[in-house]
Amino acid sequence: MAENNVETTGLMGWVDRRFPLTKMFKEHMSEYYAPKNFNFWYFFGSLALLVLVIQVVTGIFLVMNYKPDARFAFESVEYIMREVPGGWFIRYMHSTGASMFFVVVYLHMLRGLFYGSYRKPRELVWIFGVGIFLCLMGEAFFGYLLPWGQMSYWGAQVIVNLFSAIPFIGPDLSLWIRGDYVVSDATLNRFFSFHVIAIPLVLIGLVVAHIIALHEVGSNNPDGVEIKQGPKDKYGRPVDGIPFHPFYSVHDIVGVAGFLIVFAAIIFFGPEMGGYFLEYNNFIPADPLKTPPHIAPVWYFTPFYTMLRATTSDFTWVLSAAAAVAALALFAKGKLSGIWRLAVPAILIIVAILMKTLDAKFWGVVSMGGAVVILFFLPWLDHSPVKSIRYRPSWHKVLYGIFIVNFLILGWLGTQPVNATFTLMGQIGTVIYLAFFLLMPVWSRLGTFKPVPDRVTFRAH
Amino acid sequence: MSQNPTQSDEQGAVDPNLPPDPSRRFWVASACTLGGVAGVATAVPFVGSFAPSEKAKAAGAPVEADISNLPEGQMMVVEWRGKPIWIVHRTKAELADLPKHDAELADPKSQRPGFTPQFAENEWRSRKPEYFICIGICTHLGCSPTAHFQTGAQPGLPNDWPGGWLCPCHGSTFDLAGRVFKNKPAPDNLEVPPYAFSPDGSHVMIGVDEYPNKA
Repeated sequence: MAENNVETTGLMGWVDRRFPLTKMFKEHMSEYYAPKNFNFWYFFGSLALLVLVIQVVTGIFLVMNYKPDARFAFESVEYIMREVPGGWFIRYMHSTGASMFFVVVYLHMLRGLFYGSYRKPRELVWIFGVGIFLCLMGEAFFGYLLPWGQMSYWGAQVIVNLFSAIPFIGPDLSLWIRGDYVVSDATLNRFFSFHVIAIPLVLIGLVVAHIIALHEVGSNNPDGVEIKQGPKDKYGRPVDGIPFHPFYSVHDIVGVAGFLIVFAAIIFFGPEMGGYFLEYNNFIPADPLKTPPHIAPVWYFTPFYTMLRATTSDFTWVLSAAAAVAALALFAKGKLSGIWRLAVPAILIIVAILMKTLDAKFWGVVSMGGAVVILFFLPWLDHSPVKSIRYRPSWHKVLYGIFIVNFLILGWLGTQPVNATFTLMGQIGTVIYLAFFLLMPVWSRLGTFKPVPDRVTFRAH
Repeated sequence: MSQNPTQSDEQGAVDPNLPPDPSRRFWVASACTLGGVAGVATAVPFVGSFAPSEKAKAAGAPVEADISNLPEGQMMVVEWRGKPIWIVHRTKAELADLPKHDAELADPKSQRPGFTPQFAENEWRSRKPEYFICIGICTHLGCSPTAHFQTGAQPGLPNDWPGGWLCPCHGSTFDLAGRVFKNKPAPDNLEVPPYAFSPDGSHVMIGVDEYPNKA
């Protein structure tokens, strides 16, 4: 048999004739040209990958001592914390890693939002990314039941019961998910299986797809200009690009070092982070007869949790009215063609009516789920002629600012007990969050845009 | 079959210009369909394994509680099917207050199906007016509300609070008959389980419609 021709010799040559190792390294590292004007926002992608590795490795070691059994789960976590040599360190790495995963992923997504990294041709990069975000939420939720503390138990109870709000099939569906009439040993076992096998497999697959899609279309950059369309050198390489390795691989190590300082500080000095990373009620074993006086999800779910709580039956009047106004506006404007011109407003009117006929509970679940699902559609909601926030009208930056502050307020509200003022604030916040995305097709094209340069802006340093 | 007879191994791969062979198309489609059916059929037991096991289904035996020592104005909790069951001994004053706030309730007459058995379709939602028994699980998302029997203004509750329960999770409030207040996340009144009192009234059995005849 003829062997493949390769440039490498020796052992690497032997491998390369059988497996495209050097080819892959070139494609994804040493000959992957990334724009040269990346700023610190571009640390968070590689940091997310680092946290994924931390979670997988610490997870493997935790499973060696953890028992997924309602009778022993709580005890086995305490055993890891007190008696397994170094167990506390591995577990705190895992629990801190969970929160830090969301920190870096939220910042990574915000970067995408700022620089239009979801715009054509990067729609699939973004969609795989939102898929990763969903998997992370699943991992966090399933994993949170495992210590079998009070928060684990009642958090799972609430989230599984979310599904019972779906009309007709809901109650049977939540029974099917729990595998029992209450959250029990059966639920713990299946959540364990999802947490350690099913979701991680999907997650890793999506991460690979995310990176392959990214390397196919090339990285965006803070200016939102395509380096592939810019000038090229005599080898056909974009002059505004630099090889990922060694330039960004080394650059990212700086980010890793900074991140690990923060990460280690949390593990050693404040692994509970004042009850935000590890909730105090979760140090009490699960008691099916008593809900803790104040329950709140972990911080990374609280913005969405606030939207769930904000949807009362009065608030569905607001949502219903919004759907009706949208129907009228779409019909009057007549941008849609053919059957859609009638169908879309008709569907919106039906939704507006259902808002008042189905339980507010169901719509709470819909607004919470919708707040995440809407991210999938971002590439098609944004109609701005420029990608990057740098060249958008100044008031767009104000809108982004409002969106960020609003998201933080929603998150804070989710950690607080309910009262009338906070419910109203949550409702206003929910409207702002949803309006930011749903009205994006309108506002994103308004205003005076600044001229986009042909080349990336870069100052050598 | 109907392959071009001039094709043979020595001449290399199949000619790309060869017209599609309808008989092969049929077999490819059939194989895919049957394989798909088999795949779906195999998924059935996997999906089915998620349903409650026989053991979980059998764990619903009735439980009995001694209420002879439960003082007026107090509540006790027993576990039935893994859920908290509240037994409240209501005072005369609390019973008299029940109809006063009907206008603030979402379903004062407990007419929505599925939460109130026939025997409890009355103002006090129980067999005996003084004893209120319900499943202590909020009809919103399944937290267990906390008792706030003290009337009047207090943190997190309205100023004219008539006494009842507050769900810590999403703020739903229930009166002393487990009826939900309007414009709260919980859509329904607290569920009343089947139960029966012993003939001497000292015990109550949860999970049965008639007290078993203990000989």
